[in-house]
Amino acid sequence: MEDYIVELTVNGERISSPVKPEESLLKFLRRNGFTEVKCGCEKGECGTCTVIINKKTVKSCIMLALQARGKEIWTAKGLEKQELGRKLQESFVNTGAIQCGFCTPGIIVTAKNYLDQNPIPDKGEIKKAISGNLCRCTGYKKIVDAIYAVAVENQKSI
Amino acid sequence: MSEFKIVGKPIPRHDAWSKVTGDLKYADDFSLPGMLFAKVLRSKYPAAKIISINIHKAEQLKGVQAILTAKDVLHNETVTKFGQSTEVGKGFEGLYRVLADKEVRFMGEAVALVAADTEEIAEEALDLIVVEYEPLPGVFDPVEAMKPGAYLVGENGTNIIGEFGCGQGDIEKGFAKAEVIIKDTYKVPFVDHAYLETEGGIAWIDDYGVINIRVGSQVIEHFRDVADVLGLPHNKVRYIGTMMGGGFGGKEDITVETYLALLTWKTKKPVRLVYTREESILSHSKRHPFIMKYKVGAKKDGKLVALDAELVADAGAYPYLSPWVTLYATVNAAGPYCIPNVRVKSCCVLTNNTFTSANRGFGAPQPNFAYESIMDELSHKLNVDSLEIRRINCLTTGKALSTTGQVFKTHVALPEVAEKAWAALGEPVECKEENRKIGRGLAIGLMSYGRMTFLHDSSRSYVRLESDGSVLIRSGIPDLGGGQVSLLCQIVAEELGIPMSRIKIYYSDTALTPLAGTTTATRQTYMSGNATLKAAREIRKRVINKAAEMLNVNPEKLDIINEKILVNYDQSKYLPLVKVIKACNTAGIELFCEAQFNAPFTITPDLLNIRGMTFPDFTFGAQAVEVAVDTETGQIEVLKLVTCYDVGKAINPLSVEGQMEGGSIYGMGYALIEEVIMEKGITMTPSFAEYIIPTAVDVPDVKAILVESGGGLGPYGAKGIGEPSCSIIAPAILNAIYDAVGVRIKSLPASPEKIIRALKKDYFEK
Repeated sequence: MEDYIVELTVNGERISSPVKPEESLLKFLRRNGFTEVKCGCEKGECGTCTVIINKKTVKSCIMLALQARGKEIWTAKGLEKQELGRKLQESFVNTGAIQCGFCTPGIIVTAKNYLDQNPIPDKGEIKKAISGNLCRCTGYKKIVDAIYAVAVENQKSI
Repeated sequence: MSEFKIVGKPIPRHDAWSKVTGDLKYADDFSLPGMLFAKVLRSKYPAAKIISINIHKAEQLKGVQAILTAKDVLHNETVTKFGQSTEVGKGFEGLYRVLADKEVRFMGEAVALVAADTEEIAEEALDLIVVEYEPLPGVFDPVEAMKPGAYLVGENGTNIIGEFGCGQGDIEKGFAKAEVIIKDTYKVPFVDHAYLETEGGIAWIDDYGVINIRVGSQVIEHFRDVADVLGLPHNKVRYIGTMMGGGFGGKEDITVETYLALLTWKTKKPVRLVYTREESILSHSKRHPFIMKYKVGAKKDGKLVALDAELVADAGAYPYLSPWVTLYATVNAAGPYCIPNVRVKSCCVLTNNTFTSANRGFGAPQPNFAYESIMDELSHKLNVDSLEIRRINCLTTGKALSTTGQVFKTHVALPEVAEKAWAALGEPVECKEENRKIGRGLAIGLMSYGRMTFLHDSSRSYVRLESDGSVLIRSGIPDLGGGQVSLLCQIVAEELGIPMSRIKIYYSDTALTPLAGTTTATRQTYMSGNATLKAAREIRKRVINKAAEMLNVNPEKLDIINEKILVNYDQSKYLPLVKVIKACNTAGIELFCEAQFNAPFTITPDLLNIRGMTFPDFTFGAQAVEVAVDTETGQIEVLKLVTCYDVGKAINPLSVEGQMEGGSIYGMGYALIEEVIMEKGITMTPSFAEYIIPTAVDVPDVKAILVESGGGLGPYGAKGIGEPSCSIIAPAILNAIYDAVGVRIKSLPASPEKIIRALKKDYFEK
């Protein structure tokens, strides 16, 4: 099958690349160097490949690259440049919410998009928000604590 | 030395930032120009003869570069080693086949390898390989497989591949003295490691003809095994280990490496192979299912008098590490209890199920489920409360393990950990809903850290102090996510009085870093921690001696703090570290050191009557939980979970808590939801939609209580925690279920269906 050209922005940077119609957004992103988007199952079950597309979180393994044409995509790497993203990353580092680190970029992406919409959630709400992202190492305790610490900070600044 | 500066502080790991941004490059995040993509053709049947393999059509496909079958593998049947320096003998070690030859023994077994220009072409080529099979009946139940006349999985005339025994006293006399006897059979299922990063790697041949394999592996010493398969000298295969996205024992055996080496050797091109999730679940090892027959006798006051246990482990289709795991289970079978009369007999048996091997806990969680369930039963039967019955029977410092007689010379934090865990549950949750019953459970346990002493384990580490005061460490240590690598940095920072940011560590490379042994057996804090400590202290001594000479003071008065060598901690009287380094360099004093640490060495025991030391030391812990059971649906909610371990010394409390919290939830999955279901050898749960692991909404806020006795054999008195942390939780949860609704589930997982069937026994038995 012939290739199509996909143009989109990733982390504020314009990307243009030929794709096969069946190529997933995950494979497209990784092929273009965004290896912070991890591949854990390719079935939409684990959440390691989560990215933000036009302010919604999407599991990039179950979206076609073609469907993302013209869209604005953010990955964990790009969140470094945003205040809330940076705060979350810092909180994960200081709380020790990281072990193997393979689920971490996806969870930070999910947490960032969630806090954008609900800046001061309680721990139960945080758990629900990240329940589509699996983690096998931490038991989630420190991950929830890290996100909650940012929420508490948000509350103080309101 | 003064009090700790960096050790014992909850500091971020050296690699934490690279993980939150996603900058860290795992096995799958690396590519080379012109690389080929590999795929593995896997068996559709759990037991079948291979009549023929026709690769003709696949070879014709444009873009296919190589297709390999068993006949292309020089040494196809092989025993994997794990870096140990002793030979334990045939049958005790990881026998396996690289590619299936003449027959397949489990579904998912590798039959052929393909390398092609693209992943899509490689996949298409798999479809074009025609394998003619003749299905065989197979055997799928280890108890059936032990019977005379059973279908034989291997060629040895029996399916039993390992038999073990130990004990003490006189079992008959012991039971004669018992006032109450409990007899029960407990069963545990296959489970998957379910690390989020599947197995993967890339291999290439360098300018000097060396096969380089960049791979996520817990055992880089497998470079020797890969070289043996190809018939190459060991120094012609190099492993470059990556940070792993989880391991839990599943990356302890060889996964993709041999396939990569064979394909890159054949094509002379770089080759990449990464398993899909389905392939990962089908093809890598599982935790051993065990059938455990227990008989335990006690006096009316709860004092244990006799224990008789028979354990049968399902080894699956090839031995791999089954004999080792079974030995662990045998030694652990009587738990952390003083019992005068004990007999344990165990064996592991081949079946046509997916092979079983290392999985976090390595034979400790299975018997723990059985003996801690029985302790709970005794406690109810005799009306002795669950803490008290453990208190009057548990091991203490100086006592000996009831199975092997190994004496505990190090600190045994029992019953302390049990008391702390139980007390931390606090007031029970109030519940007024009629269908929701609250219950509590306690369990204690032990697990070794460090490898079996008859394997003669050692680790090496290299530390170098640079002229600008920065430090370089080289250690072969693999990091599966536990923070093994960062821990070494912390030890060196402590000893040399420099911040973590001044350290650069190179790790997990068989060509360039001293071999540190496997990241298995909860051994790295103990083994590589000690090797690194030894190297750092040697350099420290040289620097301090030089400084003492320069300052004309006794070296004992000196310490290195914040890159300064202080006299009596007097901030005004010091030499900058850099100045002393310069003086050392001028005087020709070596500021590098490669040190080796050896564990205690013992001879191989009589496996049918194991006596004395088999492990360097053990970690003791307790877990207490409160659950709510829905009597209408059988749904269980874990409301509170307390985990308390004597960790000796928490070198990085963040990492230790992380192990304890994560280990608890790993074990909670085992208790309640996880099972790789195999129906006549066919895996029915090959994805995360079928193989369910806990999500954030399923877990309680785990409370981790760290006891720091300082009594461990690791640096600063540390003990290992990685595997012990997950080994006790299942019985704690199941005992809580019993407390809530009076139902004792004797096979894991305690699914809602099992709960309902037990609660409404009358209805279902009609």
